[in-house]
Amino acid sequence: MTRALALCAAAAFIAALPVPPAAGQSKPPAVERDATTEEFEKFRAVLEADNPAELFEVKGEELWKTPRGPKNASLAACDLGLGPGVVKGAYVQLPRYFADTGKVMDAERRIVHCMVTLQGFDAAALAKQPFSTETRTPDPVALTTFVAGQSRGMKIAPPQSLPQERAAFALGREIFFYRAGSYDFSCASCHGEDGKRIRTQQLPNLTRPEQAIRGYQGWPGYRMTGGVMHTLQWRLNDCFRQQRFPEPEYLSDSLTALLTYLAVNAKGQVYKGPGIKR
Amino acid sequence: MNRLALLLVAALAPWTIAPPAGADDPRTEAAATLKRDLKPRGITTLDLLVEDGVQAVCNRTDDKPPKELAQRLEQDQLAGIRWPADGKLVGDWKSGERIAQNGRGMTWSDPAGTPGGGSCYNCHRIGPEETSFGSIGPSLLQFGKLRGYGPDMQRYVYGKIYNAKAYNLCSLMPRFGHVGALTEQQIKDLVALLLDPASPVNK
Amino acid sequence: MAEPMKIRAKLEGDVLDVRVLMAHPMETGQRKDGAGNLVPLHFIQTITAQLNGKPVFQADTSQAISRNPVFGFRLKGAKAGDKLSITWTDNKGDKRTDEIVVGAA
Repeated sequence: MTRALALCAAAAFIAALPVPPAAGQSKPPAVERDATTEEFEKFRAVLEADNPAELFEVKGEELWKTPRGPKNASLAACDLGLGPGVVKGAYVQLPRYFADTGKVMDAERRIVHCMVTLQGFDAAALAKQPFSTETRTPDPVALTTFVAGQSRGMKIAPPQSLPQERAAFALGREIFFYRAGSYDFSCASCHGEDGKRIRTQQLPNLTRPEQAIRGYQGWPGYRMTGGVMHTLQWRLNDCFRQQRFPEPEYLSDSLTALLTYLAVNAKGQVYKGPGIKR
Repeated sequence: MNRLALLLVAALAPWTIAPPAGADDPRTEAAATLKRDLKPRGITTLDLLVEDGVQAVCNRTDDKPPKELAQRLEQDQLAGIRWPADGKLVGDWKSGERIAQNGRGMTWSDPAGTPGGGSCYNCHRIGPEETSFGSIGPSLLQFGKLRGYGPDMQRYVYGKIYNAKAYNLCSLMPRFGHVGALTEQQIKDLVALLLDPASPVNK
Repeated sequence: MAEPMKIRAKLEGDVLDVRVLMAHPMETGQRKDGAGNLVPLHFIQTITAQLNGKPVFQADTSQAISRNPVFGFRLKGAKAGDKLSITWTDNKGDKRTDEIVVGAA
C-alpha cells in the first residue's frame, strides 16, 4: 500500500515538473552551425593538398618490398583478397572472408597475418604496442597506409557474397547499437544521427552511405596533433575508450565486425586515400 | 508489482521466446563476442558489458520503449536518486563551469581516484563565451533565465544530472550521479552554472 | 635514419611550382616525453635545391617549423626533363637528398 502511494506521489511530482522546452527552441541557430562547418571544410581542403600521410605510404611501400623478418621474405606473396601480391584495389574490397584462415579479416589484420606467416614476425610482439606514438610508427601502420593509398580513387566494395561476410556485417551492426558501460553509450550514441557534433568535431552518421564515407574516408589518417599516423584499428580502440568500455583486443573479431558494418554502409562511395586529421 | 512484471514480459515477449533451432540470437552473440574480445584495463572491467535494466530495455526497443513501461522504469530510476542531505541543491557556478569543461573520468586512461568532470560541453552549448560546444544535446544557454530559478527547477536539474534516465528512459545523457562519475558537490556546482542568476549562462 | 621525402613539381610555362613533403620529427627541445623528460632539439637546419646540379634555392630553417613539414617555393627558368634535387641537413648532422625529373607542363 505504501509502495503504491509512493509511486503515485512520484508520478504526480513528475507530472507537476515544468516541461523542458521543445527541442526547436534550444538548438543553436542553423546559420551559425553551417558557418563553422564551412570553415573547417575549407581548412581541411588546404591540408589535404600535401598530406604527410604520403610519407608513410612511401615507408609502407618500402616495407612491403623489402625482404625482412626471420624468414627474410618480402610481402610480395601476400594475398589481400585479390590474389598474391595484388595491392591495387585491395583496401576497398576489405573486410572479406579468407579461406586460409576461415575468418573475415580487415586490412590491417590481414597485413599482420602476412607479416607473421610470410616473414616470420611474432604476432604477440606486434600486438604489444600496435599504435603510433610521436616517436614510433609500427610497421603494420605504415603498411596499411601504403595499401590504403593503392585504392585511391576507387569505390568502396567489401564483398557480402559469403555467409561469413554477411554474418560479420550483422554482428557489427549489433555491436554498433549495443548500449552498455557506465555512460550507457553505443557507437550509435554519437554516430547514429545526422548533423551532430562533439565539441567542434563533426560526427558522421555511420549508418548511411553519404555520411558513412565521411567516417571511413579519413582513415588511415595523419593526425596533426602529435604528427602521428593512425589506422582504423586505432580509431576504434579510442572509440571504445571514450565510450567508457573496457579495451578491445587488437585485430579482434569485434573490431573486424564493426569495420565490416562501416565499410558495407559506405559501399559505392569513392575512397580518396589516406586522410589528414586535426 | 505484478502489473509491472506483466508489462515487462509483454514488451519483451518477442525476445523471451526461444529462437528456432540453429538460429543464434544476434544480440546474445554480440554480447558474447564483446565479452571474449574486450579486456579489462585501468578502472574498466568486463561487467560493464553486462546490460543493466535500462540498457536492456533500450537496446531491445531501439530506444523507443512503450510509454507505460518507460514511465514505470523512469520512476524506478527516480527512486534511486540520492538527494543532498542538507537539502541544498545549488553550489558554486564558477566551479560548475570548470566541471562542465572537464571531459575526463570513467575511461581506462583515467587513473582510479582522480576526480573527473561532466564533459558537458561535449554535447551542449552552455555559457555565452565558449564557442567549442557540441550539438548532441540541446543548448542550455540562458537556462535559468528562460525556465525560472525556483526549487522545483533546481530539483529537476539536480535529478537530471544525477540520473537523466529518470526523466527520459533512453536518453543519450549519462547517469553521472548514479554511476559515481560526479560527486554531490560537483552536481550542485553544475546546478549553479545553470540556475544561479549570477552565472554567465543567465546573463 | 633519414626518411625519403616526397617532391611534387608542377610546370606552369617556365615557372616550376615545387612542394616538398619532408619526414622529420622536428623536435623543438621543449617537448616532454611520456616519462617527463625533455626530448632533445632535433630539427632541419638547411634546405637546398639544385636544378641540373646548379644551386637555385637555400633556406636556413629553425625549430619553429612543424613535424613532417611541407615546403613550397617557385622557380623560374625550369623546363621539362630538368633534374630537381632537394637536400636537407639537420642539427644532428643527418641529411637526406631526393631527386625528381621535371615533367611536361
